[in-house]
Amino acid sequence: MKKYECPDCGYIYDEAIGAEHEGYPAGTAFKDLPEDFPCPDCFVREKPDFVEQSS
Amino acid sequence: MTENINKIQTGIENSGVEDATATAIEEDSGWIKSKRYLYWTSMVLPGVPILSAFLASETGNGLWLWSLLFAWYAILPVLDHFLGLDSANPSDELVEELGKDRYYVYIMYGATVAHWLAIIYVGYTIATVDFSWFNILGASLSVGLSNGLALVAGHELGHKVNDKGQVFAAKVILACSGYGHFFIEHNKGHHKDVATPEDPATSRFGESIYKFVQREVPGAFRRAWELETARLHRLGKSEWSFSNEIIQPALITIAAYTLMLAYFGPIMIPFLAIGAAFGWWQLTSANYIEHYGLMRERAANGRYERCQARHSWNSNQKASNLVLLHLQRHSDHHAHPTRPYQVLRDYPEVPALPYGYPTMFFVSFFPSVFYSLMNPMVINWAEGDMNKVNIDPDVKDEMMKRYHNPKVAKAA
Ligand SMILES: [Zn+2]
Repeated sequence: MKKYECPDCGYIYDEAIGAEHEGYPAGTAFKDLPEDFPCPDCFVREKPDFVEQSS
Repeated sequence: MTENINKIQTGIENSGVEDATATAIEEDSGWIKSKRYLYWTSMVLPGVPILSAFLASETGNGLWLWSLLFAWYAILPVLDHFLGLDSANPSDELVEELGKDRYYVYIMYGATVAHWLAIIYVGYTIATVDFSWFNILGASLSVGLSNGLALVAGHELGHKVNDKGQVFAAKVILACSGYGHFFIEHNKGHHKDVATPEDPATSRFGESIYKFVQREVPGAFRRAWELETARLHRLGKSEWSFSNEIIQPALITIAAYTLMLAYFGPIMIPFLAIGAAFGWWQLTSANYIEHYGLMRERAANGRYERCQARHSWNSNQKASNLVLLHLQRHSDHHAHPTRPYQVLRDYPEVPALPYGYPTMFFVSFFPSVFYSLMNPMVINWAEGDMNKVNIDPDVKDEMMKRYHNPKVAKAA
């Protein structure tokens, strides 16, 4: 399970948690998110902008 | 001032900072911290229609009911004029410190309660005391203005989507005027499409506010509904469910308005309708001036450039910034949509309106005056290249003929 950070607001997409409210359940792999997936906090950065976190 | 801001942005701990600048920064952070108490304005302003309704019923003089309208369009512009600009910007340390302080959130919760009290108390007053139709109109418009301010607070709360408490309060306060779809439309729609022709909440060059509102209100609702439907479908739910975050606040509005109608009588129909419509009008006014004519450039692949500081109109007036929760520091808001109101920053060289928002709202009632003020500024912003301006298609040919001259910029 990997984590990816929004470079604008610091939101972290954690594959183990997903983004339930937006309709991406826990366990949804980052690669399975749509390309236009917006940051679920600030909505002004999209999937390609996210930075993978080194664990 | 500019120099001062630059120094703050580069960090105040630089060893080479002169004493004078250090003093200025100390004064600035003193002012930024003292604003802590001035933000109570957000709870006090909905108290104005409450107090004026009380005075109207005590004295029998219904003119009191117009108070908030008068305060907004007459007193606040004067205050803006005399109190001037707010040069203070929070340092990174202060952003860190104040940004986390829950105190500022509690003020928004207080405002949520105060705005509903204003609607209920003024409604009760006009239902139980005999006022002229003229003064009932004043009461409705004053509550409408209060509803507009409720949308400002709801905007602030509605951006904090990772905090359940603030999202709940956003739904409650946006429901004051039945505009609960706003936080979905605004966060996911407007912030994405801002300063493009696709955005119903971005006004176009040569488009009057009266034309804009007809595109904005239905366009915003449609976009909110589509976004919410898509979210619910991803969750495997129907859009017609209680999970729909447009339906939730709408139910609050319907319940509250129905109760008021039942207890206070049919006078609530015009009162609530005018109050809601005029609340929407305040939002329309803000949307109208925030990005007028500005347009993001389109890359060869069809994607728009990222929203930059230059794609929003700012005002840095002290008085209206307090009342509007620094909404006027609009470039920073678009750069960092989740940044809380108490730490929004002003930047040198961002597009700046000639007056604060309240004055500009008033000016926008008169399209020819608005154009004479703003059109030259937009042309100047585009350096005479009207292809870079977001022009109303209905007047595009005429505007191109009249204003397009890219050589002006190069010659200057
Ligand atoms: Zn983000």
